[in-house]
Amino acid sequence: MSRLFKSSYILLIYCFFYLPIAILMIYSFNNSTYSSLWHGFTWHWYVALFHDPSLLTILGHSLLLAFVAASCAALLGSLCAVILNYYKFKSKTTLYTSIFILIILPDLVMGISLLMLFYILHIALGFWTLLIAHITLCLPFVIVTVLGRLSDFDRNIFEAAKDLGASDMIIFLRILLPMLLPAIIAGWLLSFTLSLDDVIISFFVSGPSYQILPLYIYSMVRLGVNPEINALCSLMFIATLFIVAGSQLLLTKRR
Amino acid sequence: MKTNILFRRISINIIWLWIGLFSLLPLLLVFVTSFLSQGTNQFISYHFSLHSYAQLFSPLFLEVFARSLCFAIVTTLCCLVIAYPFAFILARLKTNLKPLLLLLVIIPFWTSSLLRSYAVVILLEANGPLNSLLIHWHIIDKPLQLLYTNFAVVIGLVYSLLPFMIMPLYANIEKLDQRLIDAARDLGANQSTVFAKVVLPLTMPGILSGILLVLLPAMTMFYIPDLLGGAKSLLLGNLIKMQYLAARNWPMGSAVSIGLTVLMGGILLIYWRFTSRRDRQALV
Amino acid sequence: MTNSIIQIRNLCQSYHGQEVLHNIDLDIERGEFITLLGPSGCGKTTLLRLISGLESPDSGEIIINGHDVTQVSPQERFVNTVFQSFALFPHMNVYDNVAFGLRCQHVAKDEINERVIAALEMVKLEKFIHRKPNQLSGGQQQRVAIARAVINKPLVLLLDEPLSALDYRLRKNMQMELKALQRQLGITFVFVTHDQEEALSMSDRVAVIQEGNIEQLGTPREVYEEPNTLAVAKFIGEVNIFDTEIIEINNDDLTVNIEGRTLTLKNHKGFRADQKIYTLLRPEDIKVWDESEVTDTSNMLPAVIEEVIYKGSLVDLSIRLPSDRIIYATEFFNEDDDTLNYVHGEKVWVEWYPGWEVILPHED
Repeated sequence: MSRLFKSSYILLIYCFFYLPIAILMIYSFNNSTYSSLWHGFTWHWYVALFHDPSLLTILGHSLLLAFVAASCAALLGSLCAVILNYYKFKSKTTLYTSIFILIILPDLVMGISLLMLFYILHIALGFWTLLIAHITLCLPFVIVTVLGRLSDFDRNIFEAAKDLGASDMIIFLRILLPMLLPAIIAGWLLSFTLSLDDVIISFFVSGPSYQILPLYIYSMVRLGVNPEINALCSLMFIATLFIVAGSQLLLTKRR
Repeated sequence: MKTNILFRRISINIIWLWIGLFSLLPLLLVFVTSFLSQGTNQFISYHFSLHSYAQLFSPLFLEVFARSLCFAIVTTLCCLVIAYPFAFILARLKTNLKPLLLLLVIIPFWTSSLLRSYAVVILLEANGPLNSLLIHWHIIDKPLQLLYTNFAVVIGLVYSLLPFMIMPLYANIEKLDQRLIDAARDLGANQSTVFAKVVLPLTMPGILSGILLVLLPAMTMFYIPDLLGGAKSLLLGNLIKMQYLAARNWPMGSAVSIGLTVLMGGILLIYWRFTSRRDRQALV
Repeated sequence: MTNSIIQIRNLCQSYHGQEVLHNIDLDIERGEFITLLGPSGCGKTTLLRLISGLESPDSGEIIINGHDVTQVSPQERFVNTVFQSFALFPHMNVYDNVAFGLRCQHVAKDEINERVIAALEMVKLEKFIHRKPNQLSGGQQQRVAIARAVINKPLVLLLDEPLSALDYRLRKNMQMELKALQRQLGITFVFVTHDQEEALSMSDRVAVIQEGNIEQLGTPREVYEEPNTLAVAKFIGEVNIFDTEIIEINNDDLTVNIEGRTLTLKNHKGFRADQKIYTLLRPEDIKVWDESEVTDTSNMLPAVIEEVIYKGSLVDLSIRLPSDRIIYATEFFNEDDDTLNYVHGEKVWVEWYPGWEVILPHED
């Protein structure tokens, strides 16, 4: 294959990825409600977005949910990764397999299964059910990120600390957590975006008492193209861009 | 020493408690429910029944399943054909821009697929940019009906799922040892033999992970047919959703989910046969 | 027809604007064991890859068995390679690895079977047919790699640092086995290594490569005893180098100044009086005398023992000259001689066998 062919192929795929999003962003500045033709530049849709009180409430809900879910998932996930990496225990292979299944399990199945659990346990759908679902959704991604980092470490560090008399808890808190911090933050950031973007699972486990952004967007998008949604999606894309770039920077920085 | 054992025990138990309570138990519930029958004023009635599974073989369901599988296979093949050369070129690229290029693949991976599907809606609209461009170039006279067709659904699925094919392939191809390719060529293999006998078998774990990550979501991402498809583009995901939320037939929905999980199990089995423990842990 | 199996003419290769091989000319003879010796990054592996056809050169030509193969793909060159760290296919067992080349040529099944078994018997691995490469030890993997390469009956076998992944003892054994194998098969071996000891002990001829040039080509003895350049002398073995001033030339004799002493050397290479030269001495060519053992010290240098390293059959000495320079000498134990009991600080006289020195001109 010639160099030219290779570069043009790569370029083509990148265009495929980014062109539709670029068009969406351009349209969010279009001074027209229905037409796809260019009617001049406007900030109008962004201004409207920030003057919509119900939208701001929903955004607040989503941010709070994403923040709490990402934090819990980061803590739980790093603990799990450390355990998988350093301890030997009977159910280890089963745990690996469970996490593997969790990764490839379609979101839809996860959503309905949690819905049934909450129904059986008589838990009203709302913030808490969303939180549990989102933590479960994000957990494997944090585990993967942190495990990746752990595999780069020198095993001797753990043993050196033990040799110097540190207990496991001290080792976890004083040695592993600080060393893993970049990976944990990266996992946190990725969980944050996952939670902020999730439609399928949230669709099943959310209730009318606690509306969140992706579902709001979904209900709006079903009604067709709307410049205000263009603006909202553009903002979300920009946010994702920064969060993902940040997380990748944290993951590659010290390798 | 005592605190060590305590710490170890507590942490292992917390993890197991979470995964058991919020992942494995719910899955078990789906499994059990699929064998129950539909209740009249409750969602489920606690009577053993194979009715839901019998329904799986009704023509209506089989049709949806076949169509859904067809969509998923077409999507997966498109993703594979597009992603393999892309991942191969990217993994072998020697340039300072590589981290940036990689980041540009990772970003769509994490971007909301709802948002990206919506971007496809805009692109394919009757008076959207694609039609405008085609008319402008005099390729067509009047706008094509692109949106709300099966074509749009496949485009949307490929667009949403392509990163999930690229990432495992890239990770796998990057680890491929150039010396093995050299050795094969040195032993007299031509380009196609090198690919068939060395490159393909060694990247099979990546291909299978990619298929695993694309095929199943392609059958369940219900909002893509909702946004892009016509009345006939009902997928398995839409069916399950309907059974749960509209028809309130939970046993039926569970049975469909179990069917899906069995399919997943089948692919997993193939995957297990082709991969070593190390490959699997690399994916995890 | 010449006796050369490979002829390399004006070969040049560069990466990213940096030339790694400059105008290489090399004739490799039929049936010889030739070693390309040089430090890492000198271009020896590139040269090997150009011969195998895995890379194509910027300019120049490669002729194998009388045919110009410069633009010919690797599968049509009748050359095979044993790669560094073996490059065995991890997804195939030993049998399939060895059979790979024959299958590529669509050889009949029965013949493949026969030849694979024979090749594996040759490397004593017939019991491991069904093992995967990761179930074999380093030495066994090495043998599979060799069997896989020689089964195609190549005209030339290229070996790219094949022993570097093995531990010391195994390496010694494999050196002997490779040498025996080469004699048995009668195939030309082109062996790449950065280990000078390996090069000297195995090869018929050694090509010393440095910074993309062949600095010297000759038998192991020639490159060791008669290095063409300072670089070759420094790279192969230990050497003491003395900056030397020519005082006078008398027929075949050079009267020179070394370390402030006036000494007489043989003028083999026809040096002129105004030339600047170096005198090179291998440690084992230096003789060290106890003060009490010598009377005529006119052609000797005075010195003091700095360090004594006992090595079983020999003793390594580092010796301090009056100018504070340290030189190295190796003394062999002689059963009749018990005078090798040097101690730190002992005063000695140093000389060498006349004519064993190598004299090189300054290179600038």
